[in-house]
Amino acid sequence: MWEYTDKVKDHFFNPRNIGVLADANAVGEVGSLACGDALKLFLKIDPETEKIVDASFQTFGCGSAIASSSALTEMIKGKTVEEALKITNQDIADYLGGLPKEKMHCSVMGRDAFQAAVACYRGETAPRELAEGELVCECFGVTDEQIRRAVRENNLSTIQEVTDYTKAGGGCGLCHDKIERIIAEIKGETSVAESIVSKPRKSMTNIQKIAKIQEVLEKEIRPSLQQDGGDVELIDLDGDVVKIALRGLCSSCPSSALTKNGIENKLRELVHPDLAVQEVNV
Amino acid sequence: MKTIYLDNNATTRVADEVFDAIRPFFTERYGNPSSMHFFGGSVAREIVSARENMAELLGALPQEIVFTSGGTESDSTAILSALSTMPDRREIVTTRVEHPAVLNLCKYLARVKGYTVRWLSVDKFGMLDMNEVKKAITDNTAIVSVMWANNETGGMYPIEEIAKIAAARGALTHTDAVQAVGKVPINLSKTDINFLSLSGHKLHAPKGIGALYIKKGTRFSPFMIGGHQEFSRRGGTENVPGIVGLGHAARLAMKNFEEENIRVKKMRDRLQQGLLERVSQARVNGHIENRLPNTLNIGFEFVEGEAILMKMDEKGICASSGSACTSGSLEPSHVLRAMGVPFTAVHGSIRFSLSRYNTEDEIEFVIEETPKIILTLRAMSPFNVETMNAACVVQ
Repeated sequence: MWEYTDKVKDHFFNPRNIGVLADANAVGEVGSLACGDALKLFLKIDPETEKIVDASFQTFGCGSAIASSSALTEMIKGKTVEEALKITNQDIADYLGGLPKEKMHCSVMGRDAFQAAVACYRGETAPRELAEGELVCECFGVTDEQIRRAVRENNLSTIQEVTDYTKAGGGCGLCHDKIERIIAEIKGETSVAESIVSKPRKSMTNIQKIAKIQEVLEKEIRPSLQQDGGDVELIDLDGDVVKIALRGLCSSCPSSALTKNGIENKLRELVHPDLAVQEVNV
Repeated sequence: MKTIYLDNNATTRVADEVFDAIRPFFTERYGNPSSMHFFGGSVAREIVSARENMAELLGALPQEIVFTSGGTESDSTAILSALSTMPDRREIVTTRVEHPAVLNLCKYLARVKGYTVRWLSVDKFGMLDMNEVKKAITDNTAIVSVMWANNETGGMYPIEEIAKIAAARGALTHTDAVQAVGKVPINLSKTDINFLSLSGHKLHAPKGIGALYIKKGTRFSPFMIGGHQEFSRRGGTENVPGIVGLGHAARLAMKNFEEENIRVKKMRDRLQQGLLERVSQARVNGHIENRLPNTLNIGFEFVEGEAILMKMDEKGICASSGSACTSGSLEPSHVLRAMGVPFTAVHGSIRFSLSRYNTEDEIEFVIEETPKIILTLRAMSPFNVETMNAACVVQ
């Protein structure tokens, strides 16, 4: 049994704005019967002011799908198209006092249906062809663009979260690798922007270099080595030669040369491009 | 508001007689049956009598019954025992419609332990093809595990015939009879079935108690290793209240057997007829004849199961659904999909499962209320026969 809020229950048991809107000038359709939920959104937009004069919906789906559709129509009525386009799936969920995380895709469906309707109104795309990009999840027909958007807007970091929000990956599971790559790619974007260690500076004193090397080792290198039962210690800096000692499992690891190269690359990237790493036994 | 409980394949209410029988074993007769003193030792006699009742219900010998924590433990015990006593055989034969207790164990054994699992498919009525069964069982089959009756559709399988085929190949047979015990006649004395799993809470005993039938002469390797309890076949101090309760539930099942098969079946048939008459685009999922007397699975097209259940719940009606949204996974019922139930109906499938505690008035109330719910939801749905016909042309 799902823990639905009173607001979700209210919008499910007493849905607002049901049915076909006879004089609608925009229709957006998302989902399908095969997927288990679908929403058809009807809008009447005043062409002069671009204000949404009226909205209605037809939904096939679970309690939260119906409640999300009902909430969406209430939220967009009276707003201009531009204003309403700012509504995110999280806003729909918030309006309902929250949704169980497995049901977040219902709020995403609401947002997508609205965008489809606006695209239809502006004559940009046919209502059913909203989904751009490459198909990732064949079971639920989810594209990479839809996944990217959900990951960015909701700061998702696991496959399960992506499934909760978009359904992608909830079927056969064959697309899990692709979803993981998309998440990594987007996380990559942000981690470059907000990297823990700031970019290398041109000229540095020895003291500055040592401090920087120490920082990179602490934040970027040691945590991952320690995960594998190893460690590294900075021994000395001789000009551009960084002398390190590998500890723990790393010291006897046959691939310690790889570890050394890895550390060198990291230090060249984040401290100074001329650095070389030398392993010493102390 | 009165609760109308039509979800008896999920769990059942504990019978009053069972509850009364159990009560003293918590605060008065709480002794350990293994103790030397009379206070504990006298409790052991109750276990003996529970075992006798259980054996009688199954047409088995008391020493063939091992009490467990429930259906899942019994399933795991049987299948893992068969594999470990027949190490030269590396194949498992089972169906695509098993309960997760068997299904996921077999998937695990294939993925992690490298066994080959031969999955038997079912037709649109949920029935097996016996030629496929014969082909799947080979000299390399360690265990054949086929449920006696399906929890979602109530469909029943010819397990006695399958056990004969397996025995001819030297393979062992297990059946998950959790849904069948107490509802349909079972007599294991003349069959080749080696293992049968059952669960107490499906037949008006408490949760947390079950049993495994192990045919005399079947080599056995225990799952729970520990003390000498259950003839050293299942370690751990006995769940005395549970065992006593299961024994009484078995006795009651024998006593109420006629009622289960006549009155309950009549109510089920009335529900089926009433709903099909009043709701268009509805279909029975499963086999009409070859089915448990208490189970009705109906697919209502163009509506979604969770929404139906929420609206039923508002009226006090408890049922369940094979819809994706009710499971927490996104996939609808593996049973209905294996049967090829069209997707227009699979999401809107509702399972009603009755017990002897239901009344005819309750059934009439459900026949009255359910069609209104379906109509309300259909009025909201963007799909109907016309839109679907149009969509099918495009495909």
